[in-house]
Amino acid sequence: MHYLDHAATTPLRPEALVAMQQQWRQVGNPSSLHSAGRQARRVVEESREQIAALVGAKPADIIFTSGGTEADNLAVKGIARSSAKRRVLVSAVEHHAVLDPAQALVDEGYEVQSIPVDQFGVVDVIALEEMLDDDVALVAVMWANNEVGTIEPIDDVAELCRRRGVPLHCDAVQMLSEPELDVARIPSVALSAHKVGGPVGVGALVLDRDLSVRPLMHGGGQERDVRSGTVDAAGIAGFAAALSAPEPDVRTLRDELIAGVQQAVPEAILNGDPDHRLANNAHFSFPGCPGDALLMLLDAAGIAVSTGSACTAGIPQPSHVLIAMGADESVARSSVRFSLGWDSAPEDVAAVCRALPSAVERARRAGGLR
Amino acid sequence: MTGATRVVAALSGGVDSAVAAARLVDAGHEVTGVHLALAEKRYAGGGRGCCTLEDVHDARRAADMLGIPFYVWDFAERFRETVLDDFLEEYRQGRTPNPCVSCNQHIKFAAVLERAQALGFDAVGTGHYARLVDGDHGVELHRGVDPGKDQSYVLGVLDAQQLAASLFPLGDSRKAHVREEAAQRGLLVAEKPDSHDICFIPDGDTRGFLRDRIGGVQGPIVDVESGAQLGTHPGAVGFTVGQRRGLHLKQPAADGRPRYIVDVDLGSNTVFVGPPTRLRVRGFTVDRLRWTGAPVDTESLLIQIRAHADPVPGLLDHDRVELRGELSGVAAGQLAVFYRGTQVVGSGRISAVTS
Repeated sequence: MHYLDHAATTPLRPEALVAMQQQWRQVGNPSSLHSAGRQARRVVEESREQIAALVGAKPADIIFTSGGTEADNLAVKGIARSSAKRRVLVSAVEHHAVLDPAQALVDEGYEVQSIPVDQFGVVDVIALEEMLDDDVALVAVMWANNEVGTIEPIDDVAELCRRRGVPLHCDAVQMLSEPELDVARIPSVALSAHKVGGPVGVGALVLDRDLSVRPLMHGGGQERDVRSGTVDAAGIAGFAAALSAPEPDVRTLRDELIAGVQQAVPEAILNGDPDHRLANNAHFSFPGCPGDALLMLLDAAGIAVSTGSACTAGIPQPSHVLIAMGADESVARSSVRFSLGWDSAPEDVAAVCRALPSAVERARRAGGLR
Repeated sequence: MTGATRVVAALSGGVDSAVAAARLVDAGHEVTGVHLALAEKRYAGGGRGCCTLEDVHDARRAADMLGIPFYVWDFAERFRETVLDDFLEEYRQGRTPNPCVSCNQHIKFAAVLERAQALGFDAVGTGHYARLVDGDHGVELHRGVDPGKDQSYVLGVLDAQQLAASLFPLGDSRKAHVREEAAQRGLLVAEKPDSHDICFIPDGDTRGFLRDRIGGVQGPIVDVESGAQLGTHPGAVGFTVGQRRGLHLKQPAADGRPRYIVDVDLGSNTVFVGPPTRLRVRGFTVDRLRWTGAPVDTESLLIQIRAHADPVPGLLDHDRVELRGELSGVAAGQLAVFYRGTQVVGSGRISAVTS
């Protein structure tokens, strides 16, 4: 199989597997006071320090969670609920892990507004500045878009929010695939282990100590009194091991993929910012081709891709990201995301370029029938 | 069809389509499972009928167990534009449509089949209880062997081309056997109850569904023989000739026998009731004729007007049907399916009834 869906999840790195196997063989709850507990606690804290060092954070800032979705929920709902202010601003291209908790706040009396983006999916910082007032409890802008790969002007957003004294939450889940990540300037950042060769079910919220957040779950307060639940020492060790492994630069391979797709299907449109994009992402619209038909045909050819973010029941929906970027619904329904990772090889790109022309032709025939 | 290699197996999430797909795999076809998303309000969960999250889950698990790929194809828009809009329009015109027939004609064996063929598949296989037999003049559609489950009626609108690209692996089986086979194969849907309702009206309240969309004002229920008003109805749309229940009449009939709807006049918003003798029908005319093979001009055939009604003999003469047996409660809009023995030769929509 040629796996080009690393933005959905990545194969587990061998280093992470070894680290987890070691800890799974041990007994010990990191909260226990005996030697077994201390051993588990030591693994958690060493991992915390490793991860903090790798992303430019202080160890005390890291709150381990069950994944990116919980980190996003904790930040969006937790920060808003601990504030007396009643407005929440989220970019139009956020992942549902941010959009949905923001939407849930509407029922609690919050006013939630969408920050517009341009045709490349880049957040309009000037528009954000105009939307800011004294009643904004939280701004949420993702670091890099999970669908089209656009990297947002997060320094500008962070600087603006800092100047106006508004907390900024940043979903950086996709950024772990980048060779470098420095979260020091952002008060709240969501991370996820399985996007970087770590296990599913482990993530972190990197949260400034002086930013107040109301817990989602109560029951022990194991993580900084903000997040309850027995800490998953093995999973966290796997996260740290995966993040410590050198991330190969897939940019050259990705550029070959983009060139190859454009050569195989000249009318293919590259979505997202052509320059400021994730090194592992190539997202295309194939005019007239239903994305789900293309996915099925590539799947049959042993190539795993995505039509966007995975969704309920496997029913293809037009991407809210592309719609926010101004694409019409037919373009939004004709898109496919290719995403590379630590185990990607030139043969994967070659397989795509081989399979694509006939798949596109067939999918287009099916597309004419709707 | 014979010699098919690449087949789309429509997986509803029920037991029949799961066993049908299993048999297609056993027969050596290269099978891909496809669940059709047809509901407009998607997958709210919980409800009966089709297109619930549970059905998608069950369909996916059946595909997993058979080791075949699985996808959901979204035909909700097409379904609304054809089946649903046609359903409402027929009722607006005072006719009684069968949406399952319309779905087979326009969605399952048209839109889905065309998409499948465009994507490189040869055929669509379903869990319908009907048989395809290779005849002298091409493929013939016959009744399924289980008289209680036979679904040839709802396939009576398919033409030769559609039938040639269809596979019905359950036609030779009885339902009880299919359930046993599902259990033997370890399919978790073996005990799942059959669906009976119209899939887009999961609560079964067809008249309520129609009133919400078409509207309706109160009107009289009138005894067709005496002319006396016996009660009121909440809107005539959705009442069907031959119907007995749901009238809520206070006074019993003079002769003590049940009263049936014998006529619905949308113009005057009146529902007429009368004794069952008033429902007898001598014949009717049909339009929208469809043939499974060669067209028939004039022939004595068996005529069936409901999915699970006994057929009666009759003479089809172009667009007229003269009945030789007793048939009652025939409403315009119903599909008349013509059988030669067990073979479906074609169908037509009942346009006018002669009593």
